Amino acid sequence: MPVKIEQLTHTYMKGSPFEATAIRDINLEIDDGEFIGLIGHTGSGKSTLIQHLNGLLLPTSGSLYVNDIKIDKDSKKLNALRQQVGLVFQYPEHQLFEETVYQDIAFGPKNLGLSEEEIDKRVQESATLVGLDLNELNDRSPFELSGGQRRRTAIAGVLAMEPKILVLDEPTAGLDPMGRDEIFSQIKDLHRKKNITIILVSHSMEDIAKLVGRIIVMNKGTVELTGKPGEIFAHADRLKEMGLGVPQVTGLMQALKVKGMDVPDDIYTLEQAKAVLTKILRGTGHA
Amino acid sequence: MLKDITLGQYYPEDSPVHKLDPRTKLVITFIYIIIIFFVRYYTGYLFILAFLLYTIYLSKIPIKYVIKGLRPLLFIIILTFILNIFFTSGDTVIFKVWRIVVTKEGLRQATFMALRLIFLVSGTSVMTLTTSPIALTDGIELLLKPLKVIKFPAHELAMMMTIALRFIPTLLEETDKIMKAQKARGADFESGNLLQRAKSLVPLLVPLFISAFRRADELAMAMEARCYRGGQGRTRMKILTVEGRDYLAYAVTMLMVTAILLNSYL
Repeated sequence: MPVKIEQLTHTYMKGSPFEATAIRDINLEIDDGEFIGLIGHTGSGKSTLIQHLNGLLLPTSGSLYVNDIKIDKDSKKLNALRQQVGLVFQYPEHQLFEETVYQDIAFGPKNLGLSEEEIDKRVQESATLVGLDLNELNDRSPFELSGGQRRRTAIAGVLAMEPKILVLDEPTAGLDPMGRDEIFSQIKDLHRKKNITIILVSHSMEDIAKLVGRIIVMNKGTVELTGKPGEIFAHADRLKEMGLGVPQVTGLMQALKVKGMDVPDDIYTLEQAKAVLTKILRGTGHA
Repeated sequence: MLKDITLGQYYPEDSPVHKLDPRTKLVITFIYIIIIFFVRYYTGYLFILAFLLYTIYLSKIPIKYVIKGLRPLLFIIILTFILNIFFTSGDTVIFKVWRIVVTKEGLRQATFMALRLIFLVSGTSVMTLTTSPIALTDGIELLLKPLKVIKFPAHELAMMMTIALRFIPTLLEETDKIMKAQKARGADFESGNLLQRAKSLVPLLVPLFISAFRRADELAMAMEARCYRGGQGRTRMKILTVEGRDYLAYAVTMLMVTAILLNSYL
C-alpha cells in the first residue's frame, strides 16, 4: 500500500494558550499512480495534511505509511522519505536562492549526494518536463526570469529529486490564464509519462474536474467526501455548505434538472454536457 | 519552534493593567528599573517582589508564563552569579580551593545581583506582556514628543518601531515556510560542524532577504499611495487619555519607591 494514513491528528502549539487542532482522525489510502485532487476551504487542514506526507510535520497522534516508511510522532531520519515525496509549496518561486537557474534546480539532487553526471541528467530532464529551455536560461539568475518561468524553475527543482509522489499546493496561484494552462498541461503530461502519484491542492473546481481521477474534500480538519469527480459534484448542496462550489457546467446541468429536464447531475466536463444535451435536443426534435 | 519565545510577547487579557495608558506603564517601568538600583538590602527586594506580584495578579497573566519568559536569560543570570561569587573581595571566607576564594560577601553580592537581574527582566516583560506593540509605540511617540524642540524625529522613530514589530510574525512565518520548502528539497539545517551549518543557511537567508526587501518596497508604495507624509498634522483614531486608574497606579508606585528609599537610606 503506497500511502496509508491512519487516525492522523495534528495539534499546533500543544499545551499553550494558542493550541489549535488542524486535522483530526484522518483515514485515507492512496494508490500508486493515482491523480488526486485535494479541495477544501481555507483552514480546512489541507496544508497541514500534505506536510505530513514528507515529514515536515509529525503527527500529534496516529501514523502514516508512505511506501512502507512509517511516520509517527517520534520519527527521525526523514531523508529517505523526502526523496520519495516531492512537495511544491504555494508560491514555490519564493524558495529560489542560487545564482543560476541550473544550480537552483541542482540543489535537491546535490543534497541527495548524487554524482555530477546523474545531477546533470536530472536537471536536464526536469527542466524539459516543465518546459524550460535550459540552452537559453542555464546561466541566468532565477531572479531575472518572468513569474511563470520562476515558478517552473522551482517546480523543476522539486522534480529533480525524482519523487514517486508529487504534491502540489495551488501550483497556479497568481499566474495568468496562459501560465495556468501551461502548468496544468505539464502536470498532466508528467502524470502520464512518469506514472507517479500526484496530489493536487486547488480551489478551482474547473481545474480539478479536468485533471484528476479522484477527489478528496476536506472540511474543518476532517475528510468529508472522497470519490470520482462525478460522484463528488453530485453533492452540490453539501459542497456549498462547506463554502465550495461545483464546476460551472455541473451547476448548469443541475439547474436544468431542477427545471425539469432529464439530465444526470454528475456531469463535470464540457464534452459530457455536449453529448447529453445534443442527445436530448435531437430527441425532442424528432418527436 | 521559533514561535516558542514568550519574552515580551503580548498576552491579550481584559485586566486593569492592560487598560492602563501605555505612557503610564512606560513611565512606571522606567521608575521601577531605576528604583531596583537603589535597593541596598534584601528587605528592599520584598517591596519590589510585592509590587511585581500584585501587578501580575491584577493583570491576570499566569505567573508560569512570566517565569517561562526568564528561561532564555537563565545563562546570563547564572554567569553573573558565578562571576560575582569569585570576583568580590571580602573577609569572611567560607571555603577556599587552590586560589579560588569564596567569601560570605561574595555570595551575598552574587545573590543580590542575580535577584536584581531577575526583577529587571520579569518587571519589564510584564509591561510588554500587558501592552500591545501598537499601544507601546504610541506611548513612546507621545512621551518623546517634547524632544521635537531639539529636532528629535519622534514620529518617524515610532513608525519605524511599529513597522518592525508588525513584521516580526510575518518574517517568522516566512522563515518557517522557506525552511520547510528547502527541507523538502533535502536541505539539512541541523547537522554538521559550525562552517557547514553556516553554509546551510544560505538557501534560507537569500530568499528571506529578498522577500523582506520586496515587502518593504510594497509597504512603502502602499503608504505613499495613501498620502503618508510623516507625522506633520497627522491625527489619531484613538486618543490616549490619562484616567483615574493611571493616577492610582502612580500612587502605588510612589508608595513602593518611598518604602524602598526609606528602607535603604534611613
